[in-house]
Amino acid sequence: MQITDLFIPLIFAGILIAGCAKRVDVFRVFCDGAADGLKTTADILPALVLLLVSVGMLRASGAVELLTGLLEPVCGLFGFPPECMQMVLLRPFSGSGAIAVYDGIAAEYGADSLPERAAAVLLGSSETTFYTIAVYFSAVKIRRTRYAVPAALTADLTAWIVCGVTVSLFFG
Amino acid sequence: MKVILIVLPVAAVICGICTGRLPEVSAAVLDGAAGAVTLAISLCGIMCLWSGLMRVAEECGAVRVMSAVLSPLVNFLFRGLEKGGRAAQLISMNLSANILGLGNATTPLGIQAMEAIKQEEGQPEGAPASDNMIMLTVLNTASLQLIPATAAALRSARGADSPMDILPCVWIVSAYSLFIAVAAAKLLAWFSRRKDSFDADN
Repeated sequence: MQITDLFIPLIFAGILIAGCAKRVDVFRVFCDGAADGLKTTADILPALVLLLVSVGMLRASGAVELLTGLLEPVCGLFGFPPECMQMVLLRPFSGSGAIAVYDGIAAEYGADSLPERAAAVLLGSSETTFYTIAVYFSAVKIRRTRYAVPAALTADLTAWIVCGVTVSLFFG
Repeated sequence: MKVILIVLPVAAVICGICTGRLPEVSAAVLDGAAGAVTLAISLCGIMCLWSGLMRVAEECGAVRVMSAVLSPLVNFLFRGLEKGGRAAQLISMNLSANILGLGNATTPLGIQAMEAIKQEEGQPEGAPASDNMIMLTVLNTASLQLIPATAAALRSARGADSPMDILPCVWIVSAYSLFIAVAAAKLLAWFSRRKDSFDADN
């Protein structure tokens, strides 16, 4: 057993106990939230169809292998599996795209393989950078975002490098 | 986003012609469409469970508690905002919702926070983004979420032995990229201030 196996049951029990202690109507509130989860899943389905098809086409065409081969020397420097470069490139633009890419990598290399883990770590530790910037600044009608994009991309670049180093350290 | 939607299939078709793998590309179209539905169904259960749990946490006042903890940090990162003012409060709540992974609450709070910053700083229409606005946006583009629920759900759908075993890696990567995001934003803000005063001198 690993310590990380404890997290899910602990969070589950902890939140329910806290809910009861605070006299929250746990059942009703939970069902409300779960219905929201259902809606979220239904909402991403149309985008998921489009992106799973696009990413699938790209994989089948051999374009991904081409890219992988091209970027292998760079990724090798810090142990990042080059198979996951598609994730690095698509993640800042599209959340559904990142899910599609993750699923493709997991299907091809298998669960608990190094590329699968690296893709999952990147999925869990970065955001759809360009989408977020677009939403936040258009909400306040600002066109000139100054250094927002460079600063955000520096962070994404860091995530890529540190992901390579930690995944190969923990699971390599 | 539009560009991506055009680039991916076009690149696939061109590459498919070059490598002679058009039949596979064609098959991938049908597989992908069916795969999307399977994927959504396998995600659905955990998404519901997680949203339900997080709603309970929200009702318990998790966002309020977390905001109180974060407020000194917000005062440190965001300069020139009124302490405990509306903007500072909304920023704390947005960051808290982010950390807890309350997907549906994060963006509305973030947008309200952006509006509150704009109002408090009293920038004229058409002015460029302020340092505080950029800081908030950059923090939101770095992933603050403690529990990578979607990644774990996808992993368990693909049969990972222990979907959460990536947790230490996720935390390390998030912490580094968050630190770099803040450092880059502060550094670039400093550079742009220096450039402005340089321009004013000349």
